[in-house]
Amino acid sequence: MIQERPLPTFSPTAVQLSREEGLALYEDMVLGRTFEDKCAEMYYRGKMFGFVHLYNGQEAVASGVIRGAMRPGVDYVCSTYRDHVHALSAGVPAREVMAELFGKATGCSKGRGGSMHMFSAQHRLLGGYAFVAEGIPVAAGAAFQSKYRREVLGDASADQVTACFFGDGACNNGQFFETLNMAALWKLPLLFVVENNKWAIGMAHERATSDPHIYKKASVFNMAGVEVDGMDVLAVRQVAQTAVARARAGEGPTLIEALTYRFRGHSLADPDELRSKEEKEFWLSRDPIKRLGSYLLEQDLVTSQDLKTIDQKIKQTVEEAVVFAEQSPEPAPSELRRYIFAED
Amino acid sequence: MAETAFFNALRAAIDEEMERDATVFVLGEDVGHYGGSYKVTKNLYQKYGEWRVVDTPIAENSFTGMAVGAAMTGLRPIIEGMNMGFLLLAFNQIANNAGMLRYTSGGNFQIPLVIRGPGGVGRQLGAEHSQRLEAYFQAVPGLKIVACSTPYNAKGLLKSAIRDNNPVLFFEHVLLYNLKEDLPEEEYLLPLDKAELVQTGQDVTILTYSRMRHHVLQALPELRQRGIQPEIIDLLSLRPLDWETISSSVRKTHRVVIVEECMKTGGMGAEITAGVMERLFDELDAPVVRLSSQDIPTPYNGTLERLTVVQPEQIVSTVVDLVGGKI
Ligand SMILES: Cc1ncc(C[n+]2csc(CCOP(=O)(O)OP(=O)(O)O)c2C)c(N)n1
Repeated sequence: MIQERPLPTFSPTAVQLSREEGLALYEDMVLGRTFEDKCAEMYYRGKMFGFVHLYNGQEAVASGVIRGAMRPGVDYVCSTYRDHVHALSAGVPAREVMAELFGKATGCSKGRGGSMHMFSAQHRLLGGYAFVAEGIPVAAGAAFQSKYRREVLGDASADQVTACFFGDGACNNGQFFETLNMAALWKLPLLFVVENNKWAIGMAHERATSDPHIYKKASVFNMAGVEVDGMDVLAVRQVAQTAVARARAGEGPTLIEALTYRFRGHSLADPDELRSKEEKEFWLSRDPIKRLGSYLLEQDLVTSQDLKTIDQKIKQTVEEAVVFAEQSPEPAPSELRRYIFAED
Repeated sequence: MAETAFFNALRAAIDEEMERDATVFVLGEDVGHYGGSYKVTKNLYQKYGEWRVVDTPIAENSFTGMAVGAAMTGLRPIIEGMNMGFLLLAFNQIANNAGMLRYTSGGNFQIPLVIRGPGGVGRQLGAEHSQRLEAYFQAVPGLKIVACSTPYNAKGLLKSAIRDNNPVLFFEHVLLYNLKEDLPEEEYLLPLDKAELVQTGQDVTILTYSRMRHHVLQALPELRQRGIQPEIIDLLSLRPLDWETISSSVRKTHRVVIVEECMKTGGMGAEITAGVMERLFDELDAPVVRLSSQDIPTPYNGTLERLTVVQPEQIVSTVVDLVGGKI
């Protein structure tokens, strides 16, 4: 069953994109994809444990929003349990994400977090939330904080925007509605980015949601809502840029619904038996990485050698990440109780 | 500050801390324009404006999560639970995020957050508004839990809680808000991990907290008349428990009565009893006795409600029974 809804039209000819920007987006997406493929390999080789949810297919969303419209390390990113690639786009080094997945002391959460709890204060990554939708209010808190710094502390440089990522499944949870209301009410500098990949584990979006058009839910909160082709990084980048500009101008949040697809099962433990072959093939044919590559070539912005060079470089980066993770020490048993309280 | 009501002592703590640190702000239902259901934030909105005294919609889980995000990024929120029972709706954010996030983030973030408000069995408020929540939150790692009981300790503890870099659950008791006491003029802070020795004695250690401190004190004259000198300890800090103070008292008295408003099953008393067994078994001359409230939803009817909670007469008879042979 492929009940695809018509995609919003987007004309890439209107896009202003430099060679450097194009290559940066391409590189970020390739990093996300290569990293996740390596995760699958490492998981099946028994190097990482527990629940591991991969992002393959959705790269255009993280890259388009974070790399295309935000300032990594300055603006805040709040993720879901499908968080490795958000972490990478936010600038957390691949080796730190891989080491976290291996449970090592050098991981970005010091081996305490694992796949679903990636954090980095330095990169303004607010986490990794294993419970569906619980990161949404936290992201609103970070956005509130930026607003507070400006309003109360008179800090004119407090123009940070927060991007909050979550899935279509999360949009049926109360925290989604509660937070939309507060964010719109207080005009918080926030991007709600729904990655509608059509499925919540094995629950088809249409079976869980009275009106599957999530972006329309913004309207009842008097908020801007847009849908975007989530397989097109340039389209995502453009709506995100508009939303960021709105947020920085004090005009409040935007709900962005990116129509996307995960190429793998829900998690690495999922046999992925429910989704039809036709559906998967339909979406595979719209691979956002291939699409951007072709676009960059067509526009004569890059050569195929440029892209190959990036592919090679990233392969190297990910291999190095694995070596780093493997060679890193485990957290010391003597530090079992460290990090429970602020003083520890 | 001369004679000060409990709610005003709390208000003064918040006001003083907001004045000294601009990153401190209050959020919750009706804390702003209305001044808080028990007037703890009265007029603070006029003084500090609506970004620092934030009236939230009725969305407990999400505004608690918002406070977590604000705390992670450098502010110091104080959440008022209009009634602490409503925060059961925020259990997700309190347990998963406020409590655990410092650990799961491997120390990347700290969460300087105070969650305060009225709890305990009120006067005919019905079951949902008369809950004993301290046990529900006991097992959440990363939380500090405080129960204040007098205007003096309410003020000193709340100021420390606001300055603490951890999430602190701060329980007030709905029936204590109008209690009055002379407070020092000068600023003072009280530690978040110390119990208060309310009364020294040598015959029995009575461990209590929150409103039950006052029930124990009401039982005191009668106990004295019967020749019993109890040592009374107000725990104040429910997490961590001050085992130093508890232990030195038990080493002196060799008998323990716990007087709590908590439910008996899985309550604070259960935890304290186990702790006494583990640490002080050889010191005991008798089994630890728990006086807890009944394991039932708090009834609306006044007579039944009174029967639910430990009363002074019950404390007297229990202590007399326990110590009787000794006197
Ligand atoms: C509160 C909560 N309930 C249930 C789960 C189990 N669970 C994990 S992922 C998931 C589906 C979420 O789907 P969606 O939000 O669309 O995100 P996606 O997996 O598509 O990225 C569920 C039900 C959970 N993690 N948290």
